[in-house]
Amino acid sequence: MRKSIKLGVSAALAVAITATAGFAENIKIAFIDPLSGPFATTGTNGLAEWTFAADELVNKQGGVLGGTNFEVVAFDNKMSGKESLVQLQVAIDQGIRFIAQGNSSGIAGAITEAVNKHNRRNPDDRVLFINYSAVDPALTNDNCNFWHFRFDANADIKMDALTDVMAQDDGIEKVYLIGQDYSFGKAVAAAAVRDLGNKRPDVEIVGNELHPIGKVKDFTPYARKIVASGANAVITGNWGSDMVGLGKAIIDSGFDGPIYTYYAASNGITRTFGADGKGTIRLVAEGAINPPASDRAAAYVEAFEAKYPDHDISQARIANAVEMLAKAIDEAGSADDVVKIAYALEGMEHDSIWGGKLYMRPQDHQMIQNVHIQQHTDDGVTFPLDNSEYGLVVESTVEMAAMDSPTTCKMDKP
Amino acid sequence: MDLFFVNIIDGLVFGLLLFMLSSGLTLIFSMMGVLNFAHASFYMLGAYFAYQISTVLGLGFLAGLIVAPIIVGIAGAGIERYGLRRVHQYGHVPELIFTFGLALLVQEVVKLFWGQNQVPYAEPAWLDFALFNIGENSIEAYKVFMILISMLIFGGLLYILTKTRIGMIIQAALSYPKTVEALGHNVPMVFMGVFGVGTALAGVAGVIAGPALGTFPGMAFTLGSIVFVTIVVGGLGSLWGALAASLLIGWITTFAAAYNFEFKTILLALGMEEPALIWDSKLRDLWTLTLPQIGPILPYVLMVAILVFRPQGLMGKREA
Repeated sequence: MRKSIKLGVSAALAVAITATAGFAENIKIAFIDPLSGPFATTGTNGLAEWTFAADELVNKQGGVLGGTNFEVVAFDNKMSGKESLVQLQVAIDQGIRFIAQGNSSGIAGAITEAVNKHNRRNPDDRVLFINYSAVDPALTNDNCNFWHFRFDANADIKMDALTDVMAQDDGIEKVYLIGQDYSFGKAVAAAAVRDLGNKRPDVEIVGNELHPIGKVKDFTPYARKIVASGANAVITGNWGSDMVGLGKAIIDSGFDGPIYTYYAASNGITRTFGADGKGTIRLVAEGAINPPASDRAAAYVEAFEAKYPDHDISQARIANAVEMLAKAIDEAGSADDVVKIAYALEGMEHDSIWGGKLYMRPQDHQMIQNVHIQQHTDDGVTFPLDNSEYGLVVESTVEMAAMDSPTTCKMDKP
Repeated sequence: MDLFFVNIIDGLVFGLLLFMLSSGLTLIFSMMGVLNFAHASFYMLGAYFAYQISTVLGLGFLAGLIVAPIIVGIAGAGIERYGLRRVHQYGHVPELIFTFGLALLVQEVVKLFWGQNQVPYAEPAWLDFALFNIGENSIEAYKVFMILISMLIFGGLLYILTKTRIGMIIQAALSYPKTVEALGHNVPMVFMGVFGVGTALAGVAGVIAGPALGTFPGMAFTLGSIVFVTIVVGGLGSLWGALAASLLIGWITTFAAAYNFEFKTILLALGMEEPALIWDSKLRDLWTLTLPQIGPILPYVLMVAILVFRPQGLMGKREA
């Protein structure tokens, strides 16, 4: 009996080994983001977008290097910096050379530092860090390194684009800034004060405050202050229930100007705002799905919605990251020599599936791309979010936003 | 001045909401000696049940307002009868752990059925309009509706507790539980009833707070701790105390969030000079602090002060 089990196990092992050996080894991308805990919805949505992009944009197009497929391997970091570094090490030990992460700039900072250290000490199995969502400007300025590539527009670029658009709106005379009391909320407020001061010195900033993050039970008093200040526009970097609570309270208090946000869409937020948010909620982001840029983009979103009805294309940049990584691997002619791949990515120009050009700036590895101001509405929405009738529609576009913005990045290149 | 009146109304709305939660909890706590950690979870269940009834099943807001608290109350009574009562014989610590586990369980169950995200549970259309304006700010009809419902519940509770026979037994059991038992009243039955009604009240609070404050799995956690503060400040077992403490805390948090008072002005008034480089100053936290930033901790400061100077609470008779 015991013998037969042993035999069976070894036979199964043998089959498994031959099965993997039969195909060319997949190129693996380690996806390290929260897949459990309070932020799991954002993480699982990102994972769906990565897996879909790898299948649709690479594997179905014949793969890279003449037939090798991409494979996205999920690692749950539980939204903890410590856990992320453990998972990073596990991924590296499995021989994975591409690390994708996006939720939380704090975690991105820990990973970029760990990757830099690892690559310095282990020149034979270096890895690349594909940051698809963490927007802290420091990652491509003071804390930049050669192995980190950011595909999202950073917080400063988004604010630059947003204030470009606001500067042309003569109706805006008074602006209220409000955000969560931590590094990102502070960075948004500081950038808004600086950019508005440069572009529209006549605009008065009637309020600039931070509220405790995740602790405010009732946003009504904040909303009352905003309305009483006579502001025509509000800027906030809030996310999650802080975003919904603040937005709803402001609208319920009778405010009808624009509320410019970074993260007021998808993950239940669009559905919760519904009709109330129409005409008020605006969102600044790269990549737009409404109106679809091309038939190809429309088909891509349709196929995604069909495969993952509960998820949305909320991070359009993931498709860009996958396509550009595939292109860089093909150009380098190797999936192992990450130095060559990094040099191929550096300065790469690419036509995005979402329309417009993409340019990976070589001096700081910050993607330069079109940034859109989008409106929460149910008019002209081809692809709504959250299974509701509401979605985001592009209102105005800043082409190649912050192309010439300065950077303090000084990276050592191998 | 306009803003002052607006904040009075907003504070009243939030305070009365707290009252609906704390009135049930204070009765349960003082009668059974159970610190019910799961009380705010019943509040969350109320909101989710109402969402399910009114929005998903499409039966309308009023159906949710009536049916959801009844379901929550029955669930609460059942949990007392078949859970808490069995644990009771082992003493207070197991009871505490039981309610704590229950709170975690409810949160996970809610996530399982309704997901991690906020659900679109909104005010009914017939209450979603600006009733009147004070200055620029509009007061929604729904806020006034919240005030009316809470007042109604307070009146009803007061009537039952002071004018009816069952109320008298409850009152007696609050002060002298052992004596009431000795007199032959079915105290376990009273306990179950109080627990059921207390959780149903929390359910009502959830039903009407869900659209205003958001219906999401973290809603019990954000409100849970403040409810304990309310009953300690108000005094255990005192309905009037719970009302006074709820309104006090409602107004404190509202006014603290509404006025951007800077602590800098106090330091300047004390004759100190503002340092040129604020980050090098030892008092940099005080120089940059504003009132809204410390608003959320003010209720806890109040609780500590009450425990030190008046341990029985504002209107309580027994010591906490």
